[in-house]
Amino acid sequence: MKVRLLFFAVLRDIVGKSEADVEVPDGTRAADLWQRLRGQYQQLAAYAQPPMTAVNESYVRPEVVLREGDEVAFIPPVCGG
Amino acid sequence: MQFLTDQPIDTAALVKRLLRRSDGALVVFEGVVRDHSEGKAVESIFYDAYRPMAEKEIAAIVEEVRRQWPDVAVDCVHRLGHLVVGDTSIAIACVSPHRAEAFEACRATIDRIKQTVPIWKKERTPDGEEWVGWQHQC
Repeated sequence: MKVRLLFFAVLRDIVGKSEADVEVPDGTRAADLWQRLRGQYQQLAAYAQPPMTAVNESYVRPEVVLREGDEVAFIPPVCGG
Repeated sequence: MQFLTDQPIDTAALVKRLLRRSDGALVVFEGVVRDHSEGKAVESIFYDAYRPMAEKEIAAIVEEVRRQWPDVAVDCVHRLGHLVVGDTSIAIACVSPHRAEAFEACRATIDRIKQTVPIWKKERTPDGEEWVGWQHQC
């Protein structure tokens, strides 16, 4: 199935793009996507735990199982205000 | 509902929209870009957001504050993009018949926004640019 990854702030700088469509097996969890990113980008290797995670614009636990078409965003530490 | 803007914030307009004849108290909080952060000089800040989610999160906080302080009317605007020292990054206004609830609601609104709304800032210092919070928390 296909899901869309969105990148913001420091993650967009590290990945070099603001979104990516990725093909993943059924049963993939958001946390699995984070581990995949860690494997791809050296700057993320040290971060074993995913940051806050959002699916379809709502916070979720990283263990949530993804569905076709989900929009996944890893949320670096926020600092609005 | 639109809580995010790319334009300078007009706090007076925000207050004017909110104030009712029954209100006896108005509390305004403005977050302002300061010239230093953790010992470093700050020249400017770039604010970034996951816009649709940030709108939803702020709406949820505003709703929560309204439920918690039913006499209070609250509204806020957060600015995004490139801001310089002295610019207002966020304005929150709370009005109520009496001051205690307005103070409490205003404080709660800014505290909650800082905790959960997906907004980030990249500070420009003489040493370069850095996303705030990334090195320390993860």
